[in-house]
Amino acid sequence: MKEFKGRVVTPGTVTAPALVSHGGLNTLASFQKALQFGDKKATCGDQNNPDLFGKEMLGTALCLPQTIGSTTGGLVLYCACAMGRQPACMLFSKPIDSLAAAGSILASVWLDGISMPVVDSLGEEFLEYVKDGMTIHVKDDGVICVE
Amino acid sequence: MYLTDEQQAILSGSKGETMAKVMKTLVMYGETFGADKMVPVTSKYNHLVTSFGLKMMKPVFDLMQQLIDAGAISQQKFSVDPRPLDKNVPANFLMNFIFNNFMYSTQESYEAQLKELGLMNEDAFTCACYLDAVGNKPGKGDVLSWAESSAVVYANSVLGARCNRNSGIMDIMGSIAGFVPHFGLLTDEGRKATWLVKVECQKKPEAQLLGSAIGMKVMEDVPYITGMNQWLGDELNDQNCAYLKDFGAATASNGAVGLYHIAGLTPEAKELGDALVKEDAQVYVIDDAELERVKNNYPVMWKNADATPKLCFIGCPHLSMQQLIDWTVRVEEGLKASGNNKVVIPTVFTTAPAVKKEFEKTEYAARLKNTGVILSYICPLMYMNNPLAGKMPVITCSNKLRTYTTARFYTEDEILVKITKGGK
Repeated sequence: MKEFKGRVVTPGTVTAPALVSHGGLNTLASFQKALQFGDKKATCGDQNNPDLFGKEMLGTALCLPQTIGSTTGGLVLYCACAMGRQPACMLFSKPIDSLAAAGSILASVWLDGISMPVVDSLGEEFLEYVKDGMTIHVKDDGVICVE
Repeated sequence: MYLTDEQQAILSGSKGETMAKVMKTLVMYGETFGADKMVPVTSKYNHLVTSFGLKMMKPVFDLMQQLIDAGAISQQKFSVDPRPLDKNVPANFLMNFIFNNFMYSTQESYEAQLKELGLMNEDAFTCACYLDAVGNKPGKGDVLSWAESSAVVYANSVLGARCNRNSGIMDIMGSIAGFVPHFGLLTDEGRKATWLVKVECQKKPEAQLLGSAIGMKVMEDVPYITGMNQWLGDELNDQNCAYLKDFGAATASNGAVGLYHIAGLTPEAKELGDALVKEDAQVYVIDDAELERVKNNYPVMWKNADATPKLCFIGCPHLSMQQLIDWTVRVEEGLKASGNNKVVIPTVFTTAPAVKKEFEKTEYAARLKNTGVILSYICPLMYMNNPLAGKMPVITCSNKLRTYTTARFYTEDEILVKITKGGK
C-alpha cells in the first residue's frame, strides 16, 4: 500500500477501483456517447485516449493528469453527475484545470445527494504508481491510499 | 478569498437560496485557483457557450429553469454559440431524423429559455460574437464571464479584455452575480508570457496551422510570439483580426491557450513589449519544417483514408465579412482555372447570422451562390458531433473542427484545389 497527499477540491470519502488515463481526459469526447445514447456504465467514447477508450468509467477512481478539450467540459461532467454516470472520484496528478473544477463544483453545489470527491496536485509519481484495478481509498483530508 | 459585506450576505442567503448557490459556486471556483477577491464584470454583454438543445443536457436545462424560476437572471444580455441545425446544410434523411427527433429535440424549448435569460436578439447565435455586425465586442480592460474558448482567447489577446478560460454554466453564474473571482488571466501576473515563440518561417504561416503548433506546445500557458510583423505589420486591421481569430481558435482547441501576445501588434504587447515575457520563459522556434511536421502528424480519423470527400466546411470559427468576400473571389478564380462552373465537393461556408445578412446585401452573395457554395449560420462542430456525420469523409481548413471531430485538415490552398478542381 502507498499513500499520496493532495489538495481537496470537493470533499468526500470513497473506495473504488482505479482507472488510469496518462493523457488528458477529453470530457466531452469521453462522456458524450454514453450520455446521449443511454449507456449506464459510462463507457469512454474517446478514440484518441487509448488508456480509456471502451472502458467503463462509472464508479471508478478516475486517475488522470487533467482534463482537456472543449469548454463545454464542465457542464458535460455536471450532466454525468446528474445522470448518475460519474466516476466514484477524480484524482488529478496536476493542479486541477478550470473545466474539471467547474464541473465538480457545480455538481457539489447544485445536485443533491451526489458525491464525487475530487483531489488534485497528487504529483507525477501518483500517476506512475497507480494501475487499472488497484483499490483506491479517498480520505477526507486529501490522503489517497493505493493498494 | 476576501468578500465584501454584500457578497458575504448573498452567500448567507440575503437574496434567496438560489443566489446563495450562485455565490457559493463562484467562491468555490475562485478558492480552487487562489483568487484573492471578486471583481465586477464590466462588459456590456455576456456570451454563453451552450447554444444547443442536446437531449443529453437535460440537467443543464433544469438548472437554467431553476435560475429563471428564482428570478436569478443576469442584468447583462448575451450572445451565444451557433445553432446546431440549418436545413440548407446537406444531410440525408437518417441524419435529419436523428438531428430533429433524437439529438437536438430540445432545441426549441432551450431557445425559449435563452430568451427568458436575456438573449441579445434572434441573430445572436455565433462563436464570433465580437464581429462588428454582431455587436458584442468588449473593450480593453473589460472583465468578462465568457466560456467559448475561441471567443475568450480573441477577447483577451486582440481586444485586451480580461477573462479566464471558464467552463459552460460558469459563464452564466458570473454574469448573474455581476462579479467573477480574480485569478489567472484577470491578473497582471497571470497575463505574462511563460513561452517565447520565435517564428522563423520563410513565408507567412497559415493561421490555423501556426496556432495548432503553438497550442500543442504551450498547452494552457501564455505565449509571446515574435517574427510575425513582416507579414502582419503593426495594425489590427480587418485582415489581421481575421487571421488572429483563426490563429487563436487553433491555439485554444489544439492546446488550451486563453491569451497570446504578438510582438508589436496585440494591445498589451504594443504597450509593454518584451517586459511581458517572464525571465524563465521557455523558447519554441517555429520554421516551415516544424509546421510541416505538425501537419503531417495529424491522425486521419476517416475509416477509409483514401475516400473522396463528401462535404467541406469553411468557417470554424465563423467567417468575418472580409473573409467571406475573399473566399468568394478565391473560389471564383479557382473554378475559372479548373474550367468548372460549380464547386465539385458540397461546400458550406459558415458565418454569424448578422454577418450573413450584411453579406447578402453585397454583390458577392449572388457570386458566391453561383459557385454552388452554401452559406450557413450553423456550427459545423455540432453538425458533425454524431455517429452518422462522423463517418462521412469531411474536409476543412479549421484546426478546431479537426480536433473535435473526424474532419480532415487541409491548408486553405489545398482546400481550394479540392473544392474547385477535385481529387482525393
